[in-house]
Amino acid sequence: MKYKDYYAILGVARDAGADDIKTAYRKLARKYHPDVSKEKDAEEKFKELSEAYETLRDPEKRAAYDRLGSHRPGEEFRPPPDWGGEFRQAGGGFDGAGFDDVDLADLFASFTGRRGRARPRADAPMPGSDYEAVVRLTFEQAFAGAEVDLELAVLEWDSDGGVRRVPHRVKARIPRGVTDGEKLRVPNKGGAGVNGGPPGDLYLDIEVAEHPLFRMSGKDLYMDLPLAPWEAVLGTDVDLPTPGGSVRLTVRPGTRAGQQLRLAGRGMARGSGAPGDLYALVRIEVPTVVDDRQRALWRELAQSARFDPRAHLSQESGR
Amino acid sequence: MKQAADALRYDEATDIAWTELVAASGWPEAELAELVGYGVIAPRDAAAPTWTFEARTVVVARTAWRLRCDFELDPYGVSVCLGFVERIAALEDEVRRLRAQLG
Repeated sequence: MKYKDYYAILGVARDAGADDIKTAYRKLARKYHPDVSKEKDAEEKFKELSEAYETLRDPEKRAAYDRLGSHRPGEEFRPPPDWGGEFRQAGGGFDGAGFDDVDLADLFASFTGRRGRARPRADAPMPGSDYEAVVRLTFEQAFAGAEVDLELAVLEWDSDGGVRRVPHRVKARIPRGVTDGEKLRVPNKGGAGVNGGPPGDLYLDIEVAEHPLFRMSGKDLYMDLPLAPWEAVLGTDVDLPTPGGSVRLTVRPGTRAGQQLRLAGRGMARGSGAPGDLYALVRIEVPTVVDDRQRALWRELAQSARFDPRAHLSQESGR
Repeated sequence: MKQAADALRYDEATDIAWTELVAASGWPEAELAELVGYGVIAPRDAAAPTWTFEARTVVVARTAWRLRCDFELDPYGVSVCLGFVERIAALEDEVRRLRAQLG
C-alpha cells in the first residue's frame, strides 16, 4: 500500500487541532473546487484534499491513520500487525498481504469504527451510485457524434459493507453537435442497484479539443477567411473547407476586413433542430515582400485612387 | 460486442418531475424545497399542484449538492454561491463566443 501524507496535503502539523484542519481544508477547497476553480489540475488536487479531510476530520479515522505512522508520500508500507480491525473489506478482514493492492482512500471509505456505523437494512432496495466521467473529444467527434469506450474505476460495496475498486466499462453514443463544457447523462449506466433498487446513472462532462480552423460558439462556428487586398476589392470565389466538406464561397467586390460571411446551416447540428451557421471572418492580408514592378503598380494605384480610409477621423474630430 | 448506450442531452430531454429531481440531485427533499424557495431552482409553474422542471435543472441541483457537501454550506449559503457559479458560467460562455468571433 502506498502512503499518502494527509497532513502535508492539507498543509497542517500532525498535532493540528480539528479547527485548524477545517480551516486549512476550507481555504484550499475554495482554491481548488472544480466548480469554482480554474487552477491547473484542480480536480485532482480537490480529490486529494477531500480524501485527506474526510479522514482527518473524523477522530476515529484520524486515530487509525495516525497509527500507521509517518512515511514518505508514495512510499510502499505495511500497517502494523494489529491494525485494520475497524475496516470492512470484501472477502472479510485484512491478513498478511491483504493490504498490497489497497488504496488508502478506498480503505478509509470502508471504515466503520469500533462501534460500527449505521447501515441500511440488509434487504432494503437501494438505488445504485451515480458515476461521473470526463469525455475528451476531438472537434470532428463533437461535430459528427461518436461512440466512446469508457473505463472507470469505481468503488463497489459488498453485502458485508466491504469496499473494493472495480473496473466499470461503458460504451456510450455521444450525439452529434455537443459543445465544450456540455453535460450529458447516460441513464442506468451507473452502479448496480442493491436488493432490486434501480441502477444509477452515468454523467459525462464533455471537453472538446480546439481545432486549428474552426472555433465553436454554441452551435455556430467561426473561421478566418484571409483575402488578398485585390480579392477584397474585386471579389473572388474561394473553396472553403467546412466540417461537412468543402464549399465554394463567392466573395462580393468591396468586401471589408471584419465582415462575417454566413454559410447557413454549416455549423453544428443538434438533434432535430435547425443546425447552426458557419461564419467566415474576413481578414485582409497584405504581401510583405514586393518586387520593384509590384511596388510601382501599388504606387500608381495610390496616386490614382481617391479612397481615404481615414476620412471619418477628420470629420469626427472637427465636430 | 456490448451495445452502446445513448448519452442524452439536457436541452432535448423532456421536463422532469419533482420526485425525479430529488432522486437525481442527491438533496434531501426538504432542503431542495428550500432552494426552490430561494429562487435558485425554478419550477415551470410554481403555482401548479405538482412541480415540473426543465431537464437541465438536474445539472444545477447536482452542482448545488456538490457545493453543499464540499464546502459544508447550508442551503442559503449554497443559493448565494450558486448564483455566482452560474454568473461565472454565463460570463465564460460570453468570453468563448467573443473569442470565437475575434479569432
